[in-house]
Amino acid sequence: MQFVQNFPFFCIILTLFSGSVCAVLKSKPARIVNTILITIVGILNACVLAFEIKTGESYTYMMGHFPAPWGNEIRIGVLEAGMALFFCVIMLLSMLGGKHKVLTEIAKEKQNLYYVLVNLLLSSLIALVYTNDIFTAYVFVEINTISACGLIMIRQNGRTIEAAVRYMIMSLLGSGLLLMGICMLYDITGHLLMSNIKQTLEATYASGKLDVPLLVSVAFMCIGLAIKSALFPFHAWLPDAYGYSTVSSAAILSSLVSKGYIFLLIKIIYRVVGFEIFRDTHIINVLFIFGLCGMIFGSVSAIRENDIRRMIAFSSVAQIGYIYMGIGLGTEVGMAASIFHILSHAATKSMLFIAAIGLTEVSDGSRHFIKLTGAGFRNKIAGLTFMAGSLSMVGVPIFAGFISKLLFAQAATVNKGKMLPVLICLGISTILNAIYFMKTVIRIYTPIDDKTFEENKCSVIKARQVPLYTVTCILFIIVNVVLGTMSDPIMDLITKGLSMFA
Amino acid sequence: MGPNLIANYGEAIAMIMFAIGMGNLLLQKNLIKKIIGLNIMDSSVYLFLALKGYITGRKVPIVVDGIQEVTAYINPIPAGLVLTGIVVSVSVSALMLSLTIRLYKRYHTLDLDEISLRLRQEGL
Repeated sequence: MQFVQNFPFFCIILTLFSGSVCAVLKSKPARIVNTILITIVGILNACVLAFEIKTGESYTYMMGHFPAPWGNEIRIGVLEAGMALFFCVIMLLSMLGGKHKVLTEIAKEKQNLYYVLVNLLLSSLIALVYTNDIFTAYVFVEINTISACGLIMIRQNGRTIEAAVRYMIMSLLGSGLLLMGICMLYDITGHLLMSNIKQTLEATYASGKLDVPLLVSVAFMCIGLAIKSALFPFHAWLPDAYGYSTVSSAAILSSLVSKGYIFLLIKIIYRVVGFEIFRDTHIINVLFIFGLCGMIFGSVSAIRENDIRRMIAFSSVAQIGYIYMGIGLGTEVGMAASIFHILSHAATKSMLFIAAIGLTEVSDGSRHFIKLTGAGFRNKIAGLTFMAGSLSMVGVPIFAGFISKLLFAQAATVNKGKMLPVLICLGISTILNAIYFMKTVIRIYTPIDDKTFEENKCSVIKARQVPLYTVTCILFIIVNVVLGTMSDPIMDLITKGLSMFA
Repeated sequence: MGPNLIANYGEAIAMIMFAIGMGNLLLQKNLIKKIIGLNIMDSSVYLFLALKGYITGRKVPIVVDGIQEVTAYINPIPAGLVLTGIVVSVSVSALMLSLTIRLYKRYHTLDLDEISLRLRQEGL
């Protein structure tokens, strides 16, 4: 066993440990610890990814000293390592971009607690990505929920607490369903490790017994995770939670937390239930239809919104619809497209949140469209970043969003029965996306005269005044363009990772 | 279906409790009642697990006088899972209750819809 194979375990332990260290530090050291930690974890995951690409096969790592059917395990493959690395990159960028807001919006004595929560969130995300034990996955889902709730309510006003309560209610409903599904699956198979469950399940399925319990259990897990990742009919909590929390939280919640659950769902589909069995259960069609509805209705709600943060939040509903639609296609290509969209949406949405905060800052803190007129001229870097993000969301070539739309369309052509609805909904959704994002871009690049400037209490921020923010914005654009222009090697990795899953 | 239902009445009760808890969590306006619903929902899962781990006629898996055959004991793993689940459930209940206290101090009501209405009036 090589030393590098220990790294995923180090990542989980380091993040958990530094979470408790941050609790006793003052705010500034806590922030430094947090930044260094995310960087280190990112580097460790990059090493694991390089190792995995070199060896080309996955391995399991025993946690504690009990072998397979009894002990706990984590499992490492290309897809897991790549996802963990990507999560670290986006989290680091979101934290850097929202740093000045954390300093002003959160009470001084509570700032170190914010970093505790971020560390816990990172540890639970990494554990969710790597775990090979389904009950451990449930426990870390709950840790994820609790720390996400903390991230929402750390900025204390009535709105955020109410948003946190609504978030918790829906999330707990989701985790209750997930837990019930896991318990049923444990009854059917008698195992908790993913690979063992799959083996037993294949035999059970072939014998034709226990079809109904299996269906119910898979349905519970799917609906539970769909509620937690805000699939269309369950998205009521989302705009408030993303719209009023501090900007780093909003970026992290929209791009990482919901994606962690979706990744867990994909892992359950491949490693626990088995892709073939999952496809035969017809739950896939339910996810497909709700995904399509989400694509349309999310965009329609976003058009009706006149608050920029809430608009971006509603756009998340549409994008999560895309991901579930890809899963619902029921083909390998569709799944790969979904995973690419997880990456592209995470990169774009956090970028939009960070850019939007720069635009509202120069418009007297107001998030309403009228006040934002001309904000792109007053804060040039934020305007530029917002435009890049919007173009990516609409699906303009060289940005990440284009590739994921292309992949979805290509994946749809493989599946004859579902091709037409997918293409129609993709078309409508793209037009709707263009309406609300281009509306905003035109709005922020409409010049205003001096009188309105005075009336709206506008200000001007130069890129030189906020070096950290500027660098973060540029890095965000680079990440997006890299995803958009070098999609071939990334897709190769995803396909390789998916084949390793089986 | 009938005989099966009677034989597995425990599981059926667990499912009914799950539905009751879920309904309460979703539909009640009062925050405290919502939290009670949450606890009912979680308890039903523990009931289900405990029932599944129990094997009629066997003993508690605690070694008293020497280790006996495996067939002498019931399955201890569901009990472990229930314990873990209880820990999780306690912590989320505590978090929800603390959030409820915060909201009550601010708005002097436990009705979530009323609180939303006030928030809209405040125009935050």
